Amino acid sequence: MTNTGYVLAGIAVMSGVTWAIRMIPLALIRRRFTNRFLLSFLYYLPYGVLAAMIFPAVFTACGSVPVSVLAAATAVLLSFFHAKLTFVAAVSVAVAWAVGLLIS
Amino acid sequence: MVKRPLTFMSGIKDALPIFFGYLSVSLAFGMIAADRGMPLWTAVLFSATCVSGTGQFVGLNLLAISAPFIELFCTLAIINARYLLMSVSLTQKMPAGMPLWQRLIVAYGNTDEIFALASTQTADLTFPYMAGMIFISVSGWLAGTILGEIAGGIIPQSLVTAMNIALYAMYIALIVPDAAKSKQIAVVVLTAVTLSCVLALITAGLGDGWRIIIAGTAAAALGAVLFPRDAEEGERS
Repeated sequence: MTNTGYVLAGIAVMSGVTWAIRMIPLALIRRRFTNRFLLSFLYYLPYGVLAAMIFPAVFTACGSVPVSVLAAATAVLLSFFHAKLTFVAAVSVAVAWAVGLLIS
Repeated sequence: MVKRPLTFMSGIKDALPIFFGYLSVSLAFGMIAADRGMPLWTAVLFSATCVSGTGQFVGLNLLAISAPFIELFCTLAIINARYLLMSVSLTQKMPAGMPLWQRLIVAYGNTDEIFALASTQTADLTFPYMAGMIFISVSGWLAGTILGEIAGGIIPQSLVTAMNIALYAMYIALIVPDAAKSKQIAVVVLTAVTLSCVLALITAGLGDGWRIIIAGTAAAALGAVLFPRDAEEGERS
């Protein structure tokens, strides 16, 4: 990667298109939707998208499947009892690290 | 969840898991960027302007082979198409009178993780709250990029690997309590999980971005058909 001009222009193109995609709806849509289906769809959308982002990627998040599954199960258990986000994340990382070191 | 004012500080506090999650992902990014011979300042510039994990990893590879600009444009557009959907969703939680300059900044920070936190908030979002989340998240993203570039070798690999679970743990903590409380949400979640896993198994060539869009929208559409909500229910209890 020696050509700085090319790299800078490339970064501008990639960051520009990423921002444009995020920006267009936020800049253009200023009213609240009233369509019942659309409202319901948008209500459920974060849950659908989040679930699809977690699975199946979480099974291999920490390289090894058993480690990842154990850490993810920890997160499910803790959040079932309404533990705080930061706490859930920290304990899951600790479990992943400890189990990862134990079995390697 | 108890309603509380959504301030800059509460944004920082809520998004703390994102800080640590981003630290681990951008550490890897910084290490790879250094490996590809990308100078620190260009890697930081890329992280500061793009704030897109998958996009930046793929972008590194494209820059390394001097791919043409049209390829950079199209690849990033396809990888990040899901943000179109997320931004549409966020518009419904923004105060109607939010000025354009604030919307442009919120758009800059509409990453998967910030969207996840923001869209599961019960109250309408405020600009200071979004700004706080974006500030702490981008800080983690940049700190990891810099650390990875200059000191990637010092951090134990076992810890970097373990930290990869942080963002997933946060997503889990966001949806599990709501899914436990609402049968409708549970159905949507289980549908999305099933679709996503099946798609990953049978369509190896389908990128993660498309898989998330297809599984997420299909599950949400099913939820909207099976369990339509009344307009008055818009405010979540």
